Formats: sequence, C-alpha cells, structure tokens
Amino acid sequence: MTSPNMAEEQKRQLHGIRIRDLLTTVTAAASAIASTGFLFSIAPLNGPLTFVLIAYVLFIVFFALITAIDDDREGVKDRVASVVIRSAAVVIFSALVFIVVFTISRGFEALPYLNFFTEDMSLAGPLDPLSSGGILHSIMGSLIQIAIALAITIPLGLITAVFLNEIPGKYSRFVRTMVEAMTALPSIVAGLFIYATAILLLGVQKSGFAAALAISVMMLPIMIRASDVVLRIVPGTLKEASLGLGAGAWRTAWMVTLPTARSGLTTAIILATARGIGETSPVLLTSGFTASMNLDPTNGPMVSLPLAIFQFVKSPEPTMIARGFGTAAVLMFLVLILFMLARILGSDKNVFGNLVKNIKKLTKKKVA
Amino acid sequence: MAADTQKPRQLKYVWDFQDQVFRGIMRSAGSSVLIIMALVGLFLTLRATEALGTVGFGFFTTQAWEPDSGNFGIAAVIAGTVIIALIAIFVAVPFSLGTALYISEYAPRRIKRMLITMVDLMAAIPSVVFGLWGFFFLQNEVTPVAKWLSQNFSWIPFLSVQGSDPSDPLTPNTVFTSSSLIAGIVVGLMITPIVTSVMREVFSQAPIGEREAALGLGSTRWGMVRNVVLSFGKGGIIGATMLGLGRALGETIAVYMIISPVFVVQPRILENGANSVSSLIALRYGEATQMGMSALMAAGLALFIMTLIVNFAASSIVARSRSGASS
Repeated sequence: MTSPNMAEEQKRQLHGIRIRDLLTTVTAAASAIASTGFLFSIAPLNGPLTFVLIAYVLFIVFFALITAIDDDREGVKDRVASVVIRSAAVVIFSALVFIVVFTISRGFEALPYLNFFTEDMSLAGPLDPLSSGGILHSIMGSLIQIAIALAITIPLGLITAVFLNEIPGKYSRFVRTMVEAMTALPSIVAGLFIYATAILLLGVQKSGFAAALAISVMMLPIMIRASDVVLRIVPGTLKEASLGLGAGAWRTAWMVTLPTARSGLTTAIILATARGIGETSPVLLTSGFTASMNLDPTNGPMVSLPLAIFQFVKSPEPTMIARGFGTAAVLMFLVLILFMLARILGSDKNVFGNLVKNIKKLTKKKVA
Repeated sequence: MAADTQKPRQLKYVWDFQDQVFRGIMRSAGSSVLIIMALVGLFLTLRATEALGTVGFGFFTTQAWEPDSGNFGIAAVIAGTVIIALIAIFVAVPFSLGTALYISEYAPRRIKRMLITMVDLMAAIPSVVFGLWGFFFLQNEVTPVAKWLSQNFSWIPFLSVQGSDPSDPLTPNTVFTSSSLIAGIVVGLMITPIVTSVMREVFSQAPIGEREAALGLGSTRWGMVRNVVLSFGKGGIIGATMLGLGRALGETIAVYMIISPVFVVQPRILENGANSVSSLIALRYGEATQMGMSALMAAGLALFIMTLIVNFAASSIVARSRSGASS
C-alpha cells in the first residue's frame, strides 16, 4: 500500500472558495461595472436600478466567457448556474434586510421624542410638530386585540392540532386540508366575514373585540399548522409507553404529548402572534378608527399599530409620514423581538442547557 | 390439537368517561375550522344576493363600480387582480427558486438554519411595512426602468403607455407611478418567503442515493441539481407557485397603498392606474350604503372562491407529485 510518491501527492480542496473562482468573479464584476458606466455615458439611460440590471446581465456574460477559457461546456454551465443561484439568494436576503433597515431608519425621525410613546393623537393635528402627540393608543390597542385573539386561538388551535394527531382518519385529513385552505384566506375576506356576522348580524359595534375576532380568523390556521408540525414529531414510543401503562387518551395528551412538545408549541404560538399583530386589512373593516385612547375593547373604536401606520401615511404632511414610519419601526421591533423569542425558546438546545454545556466544556479544558 | 378452538379474542376498547369528553372536545375543535370556513362562504353569499340579484350575470362583465345606480361589476377589478398576481409570480418564482436551491444545495451547513429563520422572518413582516417600502422607496427606483422599457419596447402592447411619447425623453414620471408593475413587484417580494419555504422543503427531500449516484457518475453540481433535485421537485415547484398565486390574489394593504384605482381593464402594466378586488373593498367599504356593502360582499365572495380553487389545485398537485407523496 505504501507508494513512494504518496507523500508528494497533494490533498485536493473539495470545498471552500477557490482562489480562481474569486478572481473570475471579481474580474467579471469589475469589467461589467466599467462597461455599464461606459454605456450610461453614451446612451440615454438613467436610474440606479437600470444600472444594476444592465451590469448584472453583462456580469453573467463576462463570467461565462472567462470561465469558458479553461473549462468545458458542462463546467461553464455549472459555474454560471451557481453564480445565478447565489445572486438570487443575495437579492432576496438583502431585500429583506433592506426593508427592515429602511423602515427603522426612516422611523428614527419620530422615535427620539418621548411623547411619541406616552401620548395619543387626540390633541395633535396633522400640522403639529413631532413634539406633540404619540402612538400610545395604538400600542395599547394592538396589545389588547392580540391578547383577546390569543385567548381565542391558543385553546382552539392547540386542541385542533392535538385532534389532527391523536384521532387520525378521513375526517382529520379533511380538516387538515381545510386548515391549509384557511391559511390562504385573503385577510380582507376575514374582515368582511366578521363585518357580516358580528357587526351586521349580531349588532356588535366596530370595536377592539370585533377586530380581535377578525385577527383570530387569520391567526387560527397559522397556529394549527405550526403546532401540527411540532406535535407530529413527538416520538410515538413515548405515547405508546404512556398508553401501555394504562393512561387514557386525555392523560397521555396532557402529561406526555404536550409537555414533550412544549418548546415547539411556544414557538408556534409566538410565530402566529407575530403574524397577527401585523394584520391590517381585517382590522381596517372591523375596529373603526380613533385618534384617542380607548382601553375598552367592547365599546367604541380602537386603533392598532398597523392601522395607525396606514392612517398616518395617507396624509400628505411630512410630520404625519414621519409618525407613520415611527409607528412602523415600533411594529417591526415588536415582530423582531417576538421572532427572536420564538427562536430562543424553540431551538433544539434551549439556552439554559447550552449554558450548562458550555460551562462544563470550559471547566473540563481547565482540568485537562 | 385444539387449534380450531383458539379463535382470536374479541378486542373491544371502551373509552372511559374522561376520554370520551376529551375526544368530543377534540372533534368539535377540529370541526370549528370547517364551521368557520362554511360560515365565511355562507355569509358572503347571503349578503351578496341583493347585489347579485340586481345586476345578475352582468356582475362578471361590467367594468364600473357605481353600486348605488345599479351599474357595477368585477370585470375590471378581477382583471387587475390577476395582472398584479401574475407580475408577482413572475418576480417571485425565479428568486424563490434560486433562494430555495441556494439554501438546500449551495449554502454552507452552518448558515443554513439562520437562512431558514430569515425566510420565516420575511414572511412575518407586516404587509403595511411592505407597502411603505414600495411606496416611498421602490416606486422612485422602478420609474426610470419603466420609462426605459416603455420607450424601447412600446411595440409590445402591455408595455406601451398612454400619454407617453416614445421619442420624447421628457415624458413626466407621473404616468409611470402607481402602476400594476410596482404593485406586482412588492406583492412578489411578499409571497417570496412562502414560495421559497415550500420549494426548499421539497428540494431537501430529494433522495440522497440519486444525488450521490449522479455525482458519482461525474456530474457537476448543477447537473446533479437539474437532473435529480429539480426533476424530483417538479410537482413541488408548480404547487409552490400556485400557493404563491393564491396569496398574491388576496393581498390588500400593500396594493392599496401603491396603486391609483381605475375601473376599466387596464392591461398596460407600466402605466399609472391599476386595481384589485381586495383593494376595491378596502377603498369603498367606508362610504358604502347597504347596496354598496352587498356589492362589496359579492366581490369578496368572488375573491374567496378564486383563492380556494387556486389553493386546492395547488395542494392536489403537491400531493400527487412524487416529492409530495411523503409529506
């Protein structure tokens, strides 16, 4: 087995970035940018987006040409496909980051004013400066509405998810299909539905409660689907052990299935909350609009954060638009916080387990 | 032997009271979803009968919205909805396909989880925030591109713009704002996360044996992706696209914030003026009389039925495909 030139053979690099790819990409990009600049100086073109689009097309062409110098057809196809796929991902992820950053940075005009968080808009008109008026009423409105919606959807959603997993059969398969259809229910239709039933038929007035009902219709299917996925991966052996020891269906679900899936279920609830808190169109039809604080969900209109944004930016006044962006930044912060919370609670190793592990690792190293 | 006497025992399971109650509660919770969906259909239909009775079949062919004088129909808004949704699909599918392939095939393993989380996060960004971004940022960026397209490709009917002379470079920018194109791009970005996550799910199920076989026979990575992953995930790609289409049809607030509403079929996507069923409802619900409300309910019903059909078609395609059979 020992060959004399074994030692001279170099290990091939199978992953990571090859220096040649890097150089090809950089060269192609540089020449694409230069050529586009030249095109812009001789042709009637303008706008940064136009520049990027033309430069990108040229970049792909140059990249293919450079790769073709020392690669065959298949190799060129592989390289070009890889670049196109990577750039699609880059565009999407940077669009995401950009939307978040854009909203929050435009919001910073209104955020430094403390009154923005402690006052409502009842005494501030569209022409008033940012130092008067605020969005406390819509923050409270959002919190009240989402609390009512959670009180409805958590029990209903979790029990339905348990049903889908514990009583399998034709009926539950049909319910699952309908849940999927319900996730695609247009949000404005959910608003219309609550308007037609609660407001027109039952005589509930446009209020926080009606809005919470509309949000619940939107949140319910999201929560069911997310918890269904979590409950499906609870090991069957655990449930069988419980049933084998003589526990009934109820005790198995309550003492085994749900506790096992606890962190995943928390994540499902938080994700549904993040969706629900940003819903505008169902609220638009059902909550009414007010500029002043209303803490009673059953009586009178109650405004929420997304609805406040929507109303602010309808106005042409720059201060109102600044308030709209400020409110949007608050809403984005809320969604981001909920999201991080969901990830921390839902990660395979939870924070405390991880901490303990890290500490053990550290002490072990010291001993060794 | 007494084999013939050893018949299988009759096993009968008797649920105790507690479990009977529990199963009853579970079943009724499960039924609640069915009840809600049935009620949505029922109440929209009930409320819509007045309007539908007034205009009859003309509801589907009239291009106007004046419910109080009995002259209204959804021809224009349905066409507008479909145009915006198709632009959204046209934008979202290539990017979603690329992003899904990147996450499942190209991304280094350690950032994979983070990327999946980011896609989920993008799905949770409120539509009103997308609308703000589209109106205050994207619009200014897209306008020059729209202008360039209309000046050089106005011979393609849907890229022409009325009120813009191809030979006149000083055409005012306002004819290119608030168009179907801009609304479509924003909606496209909004549906990208759901389309991406369905596609990624399907791609990650492509059988490892076939991947290794392709690579072992000397295929490049792209060759493997095209012949194994993409051909395996074909059904999933179509299904994800239709799911995205269903979402795009129902999008309200972002579209409402961007477009300036028109009530004729407006196929010129670069030109100012567009409409959709959901933004029509958001626009007109406040000032609606009883007849107007009934007409809006009819429009909502049409939208509801359209999204249901698209969605069921999508899920049956996903379920029938090779990749969807296991999920």
